[in-house]
This record gives sequence, structure tokens and C-alpha cells, in this order.
Amino acid sequence: MEPLTWTGSIAFLNPILLLALAALALSIIVWIVASIFLPEQQITVNSDGSVSSSGGLRGLIQTALHYSFLASVGLSVAYLLLGIFMGTNAGIIGAMSQQFLPVWVALIIMFASSIAFKRRLGLYGKLYDSPIGMIGFGLVMFWVFTGIFGAMDMIVTHDPLTQLSGMKNKVPGTPLPNLEDGQYAWYLLGGDNLARDVFSRMVKGAWIVVQIAPLATMFAFMVGITLGLPAGYYGGRLDTFLSFLANLILAFPVILLFYLLVTPEIVATGVPNYMAAVLFVFPILFLAVLLNSRFYTRPKFRTPLLVAVLGITVWLYLSLISTGGYVINTDDYRIWGLPTYLDLFDIPGGILVVFVSVVFVNSPTVFRIVRGLALDIKTRDYVAAAQTRGEGPWYIMLWEILPNARGPLIVDFCLRIGYTTILLGTLGFFGLGLPPESPDWGSTINEGRKLLSIYLHPALPPAFALLSLVLGLNLLADGLREESLKD
Amino acid sequence: MGLFILRRFGVMLLTALCLTFVVFFLTNLYPNLEKLAKTQGNQRMSDEQVETWLGNRGYLQPTLIKYGQWLGVMPGFTKTLEDGTFQGTCVRPGLTEEDTPRYCGVLQGDWGYSTVFKDEVGKIVSVRLGNTGYLMFWVLVLMVPSALLVGVLAGMREGSALDRSLSTFSIITTATPEYVSGVIFIAIFTSSTVGLKWFKGTATSAMENPTFENFFLPVLTISLYGMGYIARMTRASMTEVMTAQYIRTARLKGVSFSNIVMKHALRNALIAPFTVIMLQFPWLLNGVVIVETLFNYKGFGWALVQAAGNNDIQLLLAISVVSVFVVLLTQLISDIGYVYLNPRIRIS
Repeated sequence: MEPLTWTGSIAFLNPILLLALAALALSIIVWIVASIFLPEQQITVNSDGSVSSSGGLRGLIQTALHYSFLASVGLSVAYLLLGIFMGTNAGIIGAMSQQFLPVWVALIIMFASSIAFKRRLGLYGKLYDSPIGMIGFGLVMFWVFTGIFGAMDMIVTHDPLTQLSGMKNKVPGTPLPNLEDGQYAWYLLGGDNLARDVFSRMVKGAWIVVQIAPLATMFAFMVGITLGLPAGYYGGRLDTFLSFLANLILAFPVILLFYLLVTPEIVATGVPNYMAAVLFVFPILFLAVLLNSRFYTRPKFRTPLLVAVLGITVWLYLSLISTGGYVINTDDYRIWGLPTYLDLFDIPGGILVVFVSVVFVNSPTVFRIVRGLALDIKTRDYVAAAQTRGEGPWYIMLWEILPNARGPLIVDFCLRIGYTTILLGTLGFFGLGLPPESPDWGSTINEGRKLLSIYLHPALPPAFALLSLVLGLNLLADGLREESLKD
Repeated sequence: MGLFILRRFGVMLLTALCLTFVVFFLTNLYPNLEKLAKTQGNQRMSDEQVETWLGNRGYLQPTLIKYGQWLGVMPGFTKTLEDGTFQGTCVRPGLTEEDTPRYCGVLQGDWGYSTVFKDEVGKIVSVRLGNTGYLMFWVLVLMVPSALLVGVLAGMREGSALDRSLSTFSIITTATPEYVSGVIFIAIFTSSTVGLKWFKGTATSAMENPTFENFFLPVLTISLYGMGYIARMTRASMTEVMTAQYIRTARLKGVSFSNIVMKHALRNALIAPFTVIMLQFPWLLNGVVIVETLFNYKGFGWALVQAAGNNDIQLLLAISVVSVFVVLLTQLISDIGYVYLNPRIRIS
């Protein structure tokens, strides 16, 4: 097998792309300079009734920018499209594009169907009116689909943990020395220090982030909302106490907290299990109060609903916190949990501690945001109207204040998923929590950086993956903010 | 105002007490103590040996008593071993039994003895803080002016070409955590594969002899991440000010655009970023830990990693006290500064 080059037989496109990119860069610079020095485009009405516009140079520059941008994007898409059909003939980029085929299909289906029905989809549909939001959402969904399909073993070319002899630190596109049947013949992005496939590890790493980050953020929001609403609404001693607690956690440097919490020794003491048992109660409380405050006037409907919802959530809660029949299982003592035959899923101690500490670090910030919003909104007229109507405080908090605070909260949710992704990467970077061979991006960057002066390829793909996911989330949040402000 | 500051100092002390107790509790959990005993003594110690090792050094007393000893409100632990050697929390190499003080805690100005570096904690922390202070100084020198410049330039004409380019730049920098940008910078500017070799990939030599070559990359890496955020806040506040009534009045009066920006808008636009910069310190602390590990610069963050990795209890406590005070002091400064910059706010 021949080693692959980056672009293979479509290398004739490279000079054209370079040209287009150079034109794009040049026109951006000219555009910025022009916007400072050239006068703004003005339309003047002449005495004979016709109009004439000045600043034709500006228009010219904008046209140049427009076309060079289109050319660059078009050429990049051409690489990917040709890659889908030609596979490894189109080099490493083509081969990767072919591997990502399920992701492209899913993305196209999602975008096509969403754009077709965007007027009926509320805020999500409005996202498709903002180019920035669309780009951000595209980037995020790219990694989400990559994570999902990667977990189904569709994109990966090799097992992320298998070490193949002779592939240690090999450059991207190196063929396997002794190829077996059914094996992919190349390491697309090269091999790392332990001769594992960098490409497959990057894809598998996406799944870890996609699993943990949104869920942890959601839990942090549940905790923050359940505590922040009463703190803002009631104020007084409760507010002072809760704010003090939140500030206490916020004053902790995050990394010190991680170093204290996310160690095998702490896992052995069962501290994370206690924290999980406390933190995961909040979503149940939230749901119970949410439904009860709305439907308590109709007990015939409320009671079965609450029984069903609470039954399911409590079951999930118990399966979440108990592992192998115990809630806490240390050398000295044990606390019984759900029996194993009722236990839906087990979470390994290492993952649980990561999850719990990420929730723990994020929830005080959410608490402060929710508290601030509640303080602001509780002075509005519709809250006064609800109070006059005789609604209970929890109804007002959850059904009057919370829906009206949703805009900033949704935006912050997107930003916070990005921040959680960064935190997960930090944990991996310091080798905390996740097992050392785990393919998550932080650990891979940490491993790759040790040989960075000689071999670039093991560290850079996960670095760019993390960068693009967080960038996508930031852009998405920006788009959402823009669109929700238009209401 | 005086009462306000006094009250804030009270809250600060309470916070520091609570936090150090949390750190104390977590580091004194038995598995952590066992790890400490094994790294300090012998990896192959039996469980009984670990017990006696810990017992001889006073680690097995109740947590509250140990905490009191660390604070200096309880007399330090002492024990004379069977072979006649005198041990205790206050014992330092070179001091005789008679010279050893009865109390040795934070209140007496004694921060304890580091088990990793085999030195006084106070000395280690001050040396490391000096190194980090130097790093932070240059980070602030680079970050604050460029962030403000980017924000003001972007915000003065909303929607212009300059605004869009600079906003894209600041979004990208906020999306790039230090360990990503650091790795990318090292790859581009120092590796032999790319071949630019403009800078050095480690900042170890920068501790004695900081030069542009070995010190710029760590400074840049920390500043970039914080810069985007400050720039976006500055831009938001600048755009808000630029739509205000008095700016329109000045424009209609015929004041030139540069004069409007420099004399009328800038001061009001810089109130919000001031708070943001101050509140950015806790984040910078995180960046410092990552960058010092990445570039092997032996400062405060590096000491934190070493102390936490080896469960060096007293060093960790000192580090957490210092960082908590940094965080809370900056919050206090930002509150006070906000009041001075914005006369509409008064603290009752």
C-alpha cells in the first residue's frame, strides 16, 4: 500500500484553493481598511428626480469579498464532495470525508427538514434566519452526529484502544505494515505514541463529550433554577445564605477543586456518591414542584401524573446513584441501594466523580443568573397580577417567572455546554478522573503535547476538534441571543 | 463606605475559614493520608505501619483539633517516640525540643512545612507567587490594553467591517481554552516539523532570565483566552454608549467622530469592562495553572499541581488561602471601583 498524501489525485485543486484563499484574505484586509478610510455609501437625490450613489469603490470591494468567499467555500465543499465519491483516491481529506458520510447525510436531512418547516418551529426555527447561528448549530451538530455514529462504530476506522505494531508516531496517511482482512488499510491521521489510530480516537472522544457535557449542564441548570428562583423571589435570609454558599464555591479555583475531588482516593471514600445523592435530588424536586403547582387544583389529574412521573424519576435516580446494589460501597461501611435486578444502569466511579464535580462547579453560576433574573422579573405587573389572583409562590416562580426568563437562560445554556466541554478537557489535560487510555480530547492533548516538538499529529486533531465544538456553541449562543432579542 | 468595606472583610474571612476547612477535610480523609504516608515513607508499608506512621505525626487526631492546630488556636501536636526522637507539627529541622514553640499556626505567622518540597510553606508560596506575579503582570500588560482596544474599535461603529472582523476574532479566542491555544502555538512556533522556531517551547529558563523568546508564548496563551471575553464586554458597553442621547447631541453639534469616541464615549464605556477585568482574575488563576504546567514555568499554579498531586496538606491550604483572597479582594476592588466610576450608584 502506498502512503496517502493529503489530497491524493485531486491535488490539482490545491493551487486554485490557495489562490481563492489568498484573494479572500486580501479582500478582507482591503474591506477593513476601506471601511475606515472611505466615506460611507451615500445615495443622493438629484434635482431631476434620479438618484445616484457614491462610494462605488466600496461596492467593488464588497463584491470581491463576496466572490472570493464563495470560491473558497465552494472549493472546500468540492474537496469533501469529491472525497465522498473517490475515497482514498482523494487523499487523506477525501478518505476522512468518506468516513464522515453518515454525518453529512444526517446534517443535510436535519437542515433541509428544519429550513422547510422553520416557521412552525418557534425559536429553533428562527435560528435558521441567522447565518451565524446556522454555522454554529452546524458545527455543534457535526460533532453530535459524529459522537453518536462514532459510538455505533460507523465512522471509526480502527479500534481506539488497539495498538498496532510498527505504527508508533507514524505520520498521517501511513499504511498498515501487515494488513489483515477487513482492516482499514491506513492510519488516516497517523498513529500516536502508543501506536493507536489518532483519527478513531478523535471520533470516539466526541462521544464522551456529547454524553457528559449537555447532561451535566442540564443537571447544573436544574440545581441552579431550583435554588435560584426562591432565593430571588423570597429574598431575605434564604437569599443571604444561598448566595453565601454560591460565592463560597465560586471563590474556589476550579482546578484546585478538581484536584481535591477528582482523585481515586476521594472516590474510595464515597464523597462523590454523597454529592451525587444530594445533587441529583434537585431535578426530582424541580419536576414535582413544577407539576404540582400547576395541577394541584385538579387532584384527579395531578395525583396519577405525579405518581407516574415521580415513580420513573425516582427509579432513574436510584439506578443512577446505586452501583452493584450499594449506594456507597467503601472498605469500612456500605449503604444499601437498589438491588441489582432493578438497577437500570451503572456508572463507573471515575465517570460519576467527573460528572458530579462538573455539575458542582457549574451550578453556583447558574444560581446567580437565575437569582438575578428572578429579582428583576418579580417586580413586573404580570407577577403582581398572579399574586392578586391568589396563585401560590411556586406557581409564580415556575410558571410566571421562569418562562419569561427563558431567553437569557437558553443562551447561557449553550455557552455553559461549551464551558463544560472546556472543563472536561481540563480534567483530561491534568489526567484526572477518566482512565488514562480513554480517548477523550483532553487526555489525548495531554499525551500528545509531550512529543509536540517532534510529532504534531497526535495533539492537533483533538485540539482543533475541541476548539471547533466550543466555537460552534459560542456562535449558536450568539445567534440565539440575536434572534431572541428580535421578539 | 467604611462599614461596607469592613463588612466585606468579615465575609471574606468567613469564606476563607469555610474554604480552608473544606480543603482541610478533603485532604485529611483517610485514603489521602494513606497516600501521603506511602509517598513520604515507603510504598510497600503495611496497613499497621501506615497507622503508626500517621499516628506518630499527629495525623490521626480528630479533624477539628488538627484544624485548630493549623490555625494556631490549639497547641501543636508533639510526641516523643520510643527511640527518643521528638516529633510534632511544630518541629522544624535544626530546632531543639526546648526551642520548638507550643503554638504554630497561621495566627502565629507559621504556614507549616511542605512535605513535598521539604521547606517552609511560607517561603515556597512567596517565591512561587513572585514568579507568577511576574507572569501575571505581563499578561495584564498585554491583555487589558489590547482587549479594550479591540472592544472599543469594534463597538464604535456597530455592524461595520471592522466590528465584524474583530468580533469574529474575539469569539474565536473565547472558544479556545489555554491548553488548546498553547498546544497550537507550541506546534506552530517551536516545533522542528513546522520549522519556524521563533520561540521556545518551555519557559523554565524564563524564571531566571526572562526574554521575549522564552516568555512571550505563555503570556500570549493566557491573555488570549481572557482577552476575547473582555473585548466582547467592552464592545457591548461601547455600542450601548454610542446609541445614547448625549452622543447624538454631540454629533449633531458637529463634534468630529474621533473626538466623540475619545472624549465623550470612552469613559462611560469603560465602566463595565473594569468590573469584568477584575472578575476575570479567578479565571486567570485557572489559566496560570494550565499554562505553567504546559510551559513548565515553576510558579504558583505549578506549586498547586505539585501539592495537590502529592497531597501536601499544608502547602495546599496556604495555596487555597492565597487564591481565595485574590478572588475576594478583586471582587471587593471591582465593587468599590464601580462606585467611584459610576456616581449614580451609592452604597447605603
